[in-house]
Amino acid sequence: MEVKQVKVKSLFFASYRDLIGTDELVVDLPEGSTVADLTSVVRARAGRERLPDVVVTAVNQEYASSEKELRNGDEVAFIPPVAGG
Amino acid sequence: MTSAIKIVVPTPLRQYTEGLESIEIEAGSVGEALRQLITRYEPLRNHLYSEDGRLRDFVNVYLNEEDIRYLEREETDVKEGDEIRIIPSIAGGSPPRPPRPPPSATQTSAAELSLEEVRRYSRHLIMPEVGMEGQKKLKSARVLIVGAGGLGSPASLYLAAAGVGTLGLVDFDVVEYSNLQRQILHGTKDVGRSKLDSARERLQDINPEIEIETHDARLGSDNALGILGGYDIIVDGTDNFPTRYLVNDACVLLGRPNVYGSIFRFEGQVSIFDARSGPCYRCLYQEPPPPGLVPSCAEGGVLGVLPGIVGALQANEAIKLILGAGDSLVGRLLLVDALRIRFRELKLRKDPDCPICGIEPTITELIDYEAFCGIREAAMEQQNRATGIPHLTVNEVKKKLDRGDPFRIIDVREPHEWDICHIEGAELIPLGDLPASLNTLDSAEELVIHCRSGSRSAYAVELLRQAGFAKVYNMAGGILAWSDDIDPSLPKY
Repeated sequence: MEVKQVKVKSLFFASYRDLIGTDELVVDLPEGSTVADLTSVVRARAGRERLPDVVVTAVNQEYASSEKELRNGDEVAFIPPVAGG
Repeated sequence: MTSAIKIVVPTPLRQYTEGLESIEIEAGSVGEALRQLITRYEPLRNHLYSEDGRLRDFVNVYLNEEDIRYLEREETDVKEGDEIRIIPSIAGGSPPRPPRPPPSATQTSAAELSLEEVRRYSRHLIMPEVGMEGQKKLKSARVLIVGAGGLGSPASLYLAAAGVGTLGLVDFDVVEYSNLQRQILHGTKDVGRSKLDSARERLQDINPEIEIETHDARLGSDNALGILGGYDIIVDGTDNFPTRYLVNDACVLLGRPNVYGSIFRFEGQVSIFDARSGPCYRCLYQEPPPPGLVPSCAEGGVLGVLPGIVGALQANEAIKLILGAGDSLVGRLLLVDALRIRFRELKLRKDPDCPICGIEPTITELIDYEAFCGIREAAMEQQNRATGIPHLTVNEVKKKLDRGDPFRIIDVREPHEWDICHIEGAELIPLGDLPASLNTLDSAEELVIHCRSGSRSAYAVELLRQAGFAKVYNMAGGILAWSDDIDPSLPKY
């Protein structure tokens, strides 16, 4: 049986952009995937430096928990902590 | 004759008043009210009064927003409906303010504007959103800026110019050359001087009508409630995670809005964390990133104008809070990207499980923030790594060069760092390219690896050793040490 896929756009800011090496990544995931599933795909792309265990994400410009299920066309922003001042 | 009045108790003292934040009392004067308070809540006595029965210096008492030191002190009469606020202040910080001269016919009271002030603020006064009423609110406001650096510079300059009546500044640093690219409070003549002295001079020159209160201290769990408690609004312009969490927690405990801004390279974040009406910093970032994962401005760099943009946005939010005008950034995180020149906004939500502002808070007092952020462990780990791997001092490397020993110097910094300065005879292989460049190196050769300060190269040495290179050494202290001890003509960055 064919598993339906959803296409989501991931956006990376500040230090995450450097970690992942791009500011935008379109990822195909099996239907029913959550933010956590997307995060593991993204985590695998990060090189030597790793993403922190807890990653702050926003789906369609709204703060979202890692359990949130993703729908086709969702935009997921990965927001790094920034301390500089 | 007595009147029914209210005493407002600050968060840190509520443990002595059975958790009550305000207490109704019948009294004729401020002193009488306070004495009744300590009779009712005996443990408070020690916190408010010294052994000889005098009100302690660091305890500020306000009657309807006015410091009683500028009224008749404890003798000040109270009338029906008055509100007394206790504000525990700086535990041995800035000296007490000199008493104001008694009001005379030529002087205006705190809430009035002088002729000079009307002229100074005329562009505010002719806008209905500010007007006379708003300008008086600004004059009565007390705003604290934590950090007189990149963000604190524009924020304090604009808040001073706008006529915020009392501006507090916390910092402990001195001005360095590398600050001047973005910290516009300070000038070249100020290098080596305390940031607070430099800031005071600059701000007072912009606006001599306002009061500047300086707190020459490293903000910590021991002094944060005292310092922050004396202000209505806190502007967070710090540069590290422990202080970010400290400022957040202190603001939540004190019930103060935290006008937050932070910057990295070309990007910034702005929000207002006000746990009374929205999320706090911990609702957004439950835990700090592991140390070293997110580079600081010193490590990652920052565009000089970026704190100008972000700090000005913070000043704007603080002014709107004072005026009660417009829509605030409470519950919204603004992401600023100066390179792509894009502003994005995210909706934030209050986390009901937040450890400090959630339904059942587990953090009820300030904690050890360095430990919380793992700073000390990380420093020890780095120390262990640095001492655990084979290394040479810059002097040893120089001797080897002078003797003509056969060995290669590999510089693992980035090409743009190489352009700033490099050691004659070194070869550039950026750390990220090293794994793919192993075939260009010969494991029989002796290799000396260096970077800017010695930590990236330590990582490279570990990597090479694991790949089977036996004669690999870290140059301790990096090119900075080379500049210090061997060739001072190399610029330090």
